[in-house]
Parts: sequence; C-alpha cells; structure tokens
Amino acid sequence: MTAMRAEVMVSDEPRTAPSTANPPAFVTENVCVFYGQKQALTDVSLSINRNEVTSLIGPSGCGKSTYLRCLNRMNDTIDICRVTGDILLDGTDIYSKDIDVVHLRARVGMVFQKPNPFPKSIYENVAYGPRIHGIARGKAELDEIVHTSLEKAGLLKEVEDRLQEPGTSLSGGQQQRLCIARAVAVQPEVILMDEPCSALDPIATARIEELIDELRVNYTIVIVTHSMQQAARVSQRTGFFHLGELVECGKTEQIFTNPKDERTQGYITGRFG
Amino acid sequence: MSDTAATPPVESVLDNRRASAAIARSLKRRYRAERRFRAYGIAAVGFALLFLAFLFVDIIGKGLPAFTQTMIRLDVTLYPQDLNPEGVTNHEQLLKVLSTANYRKPIFQAITDLFPDVTSRSEQRRLLKLVSPGATFDIRKEVMEAEEAGRSIIGQRVSLLVPTSDDIDQLEKGHINADAPEAERRVSDLEIGWFNRLKERGLIETTFNTTLFTAGDSRSPELAGLWGAIVGSFWTMLVTLALSFPLAVGASIYLEEFAPKNRWTQLIEVNINNLAAVPSIVFGLLGLAVFLNFFGLPRSAPLVGGMVLALMTLPTIIIASRAALKSVPPSIREAALGVGASKVQTVFQHVVPLALPGMLTGTIIGMAQALGETAPLLMIGMIAFIVDIPSGPLDPSTVMPVQIYLWSDLPERAFVEKASAAIMVLLGFLIVMNALAVLLRKRFERKW
Repeated sequence: MTAMRAEVMVSDEPRTAPSTANPPAFVTENVCVFYGQKQALTDVSLSINRNEVTSLIGPSGCGKSTYLRCLNRMNDTIDICRVTGDILLDGTDIYSKDIDVVHLRARVGMVFQKPNPFPKSIYENVAYGPRIHGIARGKAELDEIVHTSLEKAGLLKEVEDRLQEPGTSLSGGQQQRLCIARAVAVQPEVILMDEPCSALDPIATARIEELIDELRVNYTIVIVTHSMQQAARVSQRTGFFHLGELVECGKTEQIFTNPKDERTQGYITGRFG
Repeated sequence: MSDTAATPPVESVLDNRRASAAIARSLKRRYRAERRFRAYGIAAVGFALLFLAFLFVDIIGKGLPAFTQTMIRLDVTLYPQDLNPEGVTNHEQLLKVLSTANYRKPIFQAITDLFPDVTSRSEQRRLLKLVSPGATFDIRKEVMEAEEAGRSIIGQRVSLLVPTSDDIDQLEKGHINADAPEAERRVSDLEIGWFNRLKERGLIETTFNTTLFTAGDSRSPELAGLWGAIVGSFWTMLVTLALSFPLAVGASIYLEEFAPKNRWTQLIEVNINNLAAVPSIVFGLLGLAVFLNFFGLPRSAPLVGGMVLALMTLPTIIIASRAALKSVPPSIREAALGVGASKVQTVFQHVVPLALPGMLTGTIIGMAQALGETAPLLMIGMIAFIVDIPSGPLDPSTVMPVQIYLWSDLPERAFVEKASAAIMVLLGFLIVMNALAVLLRKRFERKW
C-alpha cells in the first residue's frame, strides 16, 4: 500500500514530494465511474494533500464533478451509477463494506453549486448536523458550535442578531457561506466544494475565495471550478480533467505556467473548453 | 452598392423586402388565429359558467323553501284521563306510562275545538290531517321534559307550535295550485278553506326548519331531517381518513424515496394509476364480496363504507403525495445527505415536511371525492331507510349523497325541496373542504 502511494506522489510531483509525516488525505487509484453503460471517468489516479486546496478544472462534462462526488459517495444516490477502483481516505477504502456512508459524509463535508440552505432558521441550518450526529452535549455546546462555525464561515457578524430568521432570507453569497458553516459545523476532515461560486456575483465570490484560503489551515479542501483564475487564486494543486480522464495534476503554479500536456496548455490558454 | 440600389427590386427568396412583406402578411393571419382561439376560449368558459349558474339557481330556488316550515299554533289541554287513564302516581311508573301514552287525543281535541262548526266524525278526522303526525312527538317531549324536571303540566292547557302536514306546508309555500280542479290536487277545497280560516286567526306561522338539521330520515317530509345522514357521513369519512391517509402517505413515501426503480415498482405504479380509473361501483362490489360476504362485517355500517371509500381514495392520495414528494428540489436531499443525515433522516426531517402541504391537499381532494360518492355505498347496503341517528361506525346508517338519492326517489312533492336542500348542504361541505385545500396550498407555497 505504502509503495503504491509513494509511487503516485512521485508521478505527480517528482521533485517536491511532501514529507511522509503528512500523508495525503485521499489517495485514489484507477477510479472508473459508469452511468449505466456510459463510462464517465476512466482510470483517475490522484492524491489529495492535507491542509491544501486542490482544484479540479476542465471543460463541461469532463467528469470533475463526478470525481468529486465519489469522494463522499454522493454518487450512491444515483441508482445506475457504478464506481470501480480504490478511493482511500486515511488508507481505508471508502467503498469497502466496513465503511458506513453516513459516517463518511460526516468526515467529508460538501458544499454544492447552488446555495441550498434548509428552509429553517439560520441557527437550525448550522445546528442540524451536530444535532443528528450527537456531537454537542447540551444547548450551550450546540450554541458554541453554531457560533464558531458561523465565525469560521465569516458570516457571524452579519447574522449574529437574527439567528432565528429563515436561512433562505439571506442573499446568495450569504446563503453559500451559511452552507459552508453548515458543513464546517460537523467538523469534517475534508470539505468538497462543487463550483461553489458559479451562482454568485464577483464580490460574493471574492469573499468565498478568501474564506477558502482561511479554511485551508484546518481543513483539506477539494474544489471544482470552471474559472481558471479562481483555481489559480485559491489552490495549491490543480488537476485538469478532459473527457473523463485526469490529464495532468501538479502544483498550481506549474500547471498554469508550465503544463506538460498540450491539452492542458490548450485549455488554460483558452483554445478550447 | 449605389447601382444595385438603383436597379428595380429583384424577386428573389433572399430579398429582405420580399421577406418583410411575407412576414407582414403572415402576421395578420397569426393574429387572426390568436383572436379566434381567444374567442373559442371565452365562449367555452362562458358556457361553463352559464350551466353552473343554471344549476345553482335551480338547486337554490328549489331548496331554499325547505329551510322553512309552516307551523300551526294549538292550545292543547292535557287531560289526565287521556294521558294517565289508570291514575299512576309513582314517578318512575308515570314516566313509563307517559312515554307510551296516546297523544293523538289532545291534538284531536285541540284542532276540533278550533272548528266547532265541523261536527261529522269523518270531517273531524280530515281536520286532524292538517297537523303533522309528528306533532304527537312534540307534545310528548314537552310533557316528558316537564315531568322529569318535576313540574308536571298534566291537567294544564299549553300553547304549542307544531308542524303542519307536508301538503299544507306545500300549499302555504305556493307549490299547490288552488285554481286547479279539485281532483287533480292533493288538498281539497274544504281543507284550503279551513287553512285560510286558521290563517285569518293568526294561528299559522312560518319558522326556520330546525328539524332538517336535527332529525333522521322519515316517511313524512315535514319530519325528515339530514342529521342522520350527516352523522353517517362523518363516521364514514373518519374511517376513510384513518385508513387511507396513513396507508397512502406511507406507500407514496416508500415508492418515491426508498423503493428501487425496477420492473416490479413500475408494475405497481401502473396499477396504482389504473386503480384511480376503476369505476366506483366496482369497489362497491369488492366491498360486498370481501368485507360483507367473506369477513362478515355488518351491513349498512359506516365502517364498511369507510373501508370501501378508503380503497377508492388511496390512488388519489398516493398520486398527489408522490407529486408533492417529487416537487421537493433534489438540492434539499443533497444538503441533508451532505452533512451526513441518513436516508430516513433526510426523508422524514426534510423532504416530508416540505411535501406535507401537497399531501394534505391531495388528501382533502380525495376526501371530498369520497364524501360525494354514492355508487359503492349502495352495494354494501348503506341505502337502507334508517331513522335513528347512528351513534358509532358500526350502527346502520346512510350518507348525504345517498340521502339525496333516496329523497329524490320519493313521490311526495315536499321531498323535492328536501333533496335540493340536502344538495345545498352537501355542496356547502364540499366547498368548505376545497377552500381549505386551496388555503393550505397558498399558505405553504414555497419559492425556491
């Protein structure tokens, strides 16, 4: 196992492999995804480092969202979807029988493309996760979790005095930060973000990007984005997907300044996509 | 450029002037079609409204008189020798005697006292026919209540307002043509004369017909009421609701959220949709064969009626509930699953609460449909003539639409207005239920 993991890293970044003291959060090997007969992903092997932002870019329909949704088994909700290959979180295959999908999703949180707060109060939105998992003992602890989560999502100042108002009454950008707070409240190890800014205006986008950079200290983040500028701004590592394959993966600087594959070159310079 | 403009226009398909002229021509045609379609639509709606107005005017015009009743004021002397001929003094025994006493005599006395000139026995008997046979119940009630309260009115003279017979009532309401030949009407010249004399003396009054809302069915129209049918409908609906709501909601949640999408669930879905189209009488036959003949459940009981109607309502509620569940956006499911809610938590804490208004609307619509259903209930014997008010779901009873059917079948002129009045009451219930459904939908309508 360790040999394989090392090999993956070498192939990704030959010169600057991270120290073994900080092993990657996710290691995926030859991941293939099928929707019925149609193959959506082919042999994706990629590792995701801790406390880093990994961005996945590529043209529409290239499979980057599909890949992201494999990481917390969100694809399970689609009947015809089938996943093969190994996806290891902390060295354990998340598709093995011993892994409980509910527990996995508590460890790997997710923020979606469109802000989707529950039609409940702001407080309830954030408190829901900790409550169902029984993380908080008593009201005081729950209050604390809600406040710190909103604080971490940079939303506390704006909503402090109206926690009982419905989450849907907030603006789009605030709703998305509420969704981040909701994900953070469960205290996951990894947060997956599926185009979190595509429904937001540039100011709200800038706010979220700042937030992602702050969250990096405590969480591992994987973000799917259509905006190459965004990938360049927020991420340390970037993976480029094309037609269901991972074409290239490496340090963000390297991908954007010195891509090895000419398809990557073509995409980032705007020749297609 | 300039010399091409100077040349006469060329008739080419690619010429923009020609295209523009063609568009102008076709626009006129399109607008005409639009106006025509609008006219058809307005005509259709107009026709529908016209028929609706006709229906309402007819029913209300016929039914309104049923809400009033012509009464006659009688001074009744309650002689002890009539009511208590054996002179019983024991309180308990006296009550028993009074409950079975002959109250026709005091009424006969009272009405003949009003007409001292009528002396022949047969004419006196015809005189008694001015008063409803139900008057005896009114007097009995008065006497018994007084006796039970310990203030006996036996031996006294009491003034009572009692209903007239249905023919006299119809005469007063103008439904009997006094100018028609005597042989062709139900009230003779003699009776009309007596009635007019009573009227001149101010003994005839028209009051609100409380009997309609307090009594059960009766062979005498002036004594027939809807209450038995309303209570029967209530018990039936209660059974229907208790059976169909949990079953239908459970089935729809399972089918929509949990069941695998395979050939079996598809088959079930097709069958549910087909079930909604099965003629209701077939459900009645099923109820007769299974619930009555096989399981031996009581005939004419709201329990069985409710069970049959529940079968009929199930597909309606299931289809509505599934539509409501489908309309909950998938983003809410993803949000809940994303924070690690289990499938059951996601469904019951997020999806079902959002779908509930839609489910309740479907339920109310289904119940309204069941409330107006007649055919399946005929098959299980809820068409029987039942005078008593049912006191539970096992008592024989009838329901409102069946009561309408029964009354509209009877020959007495007075039952025409009774049937129309019953239709008004039933429509009232249906309008209230549908309004509730609309209100619920408006109140909980969500924007995503």
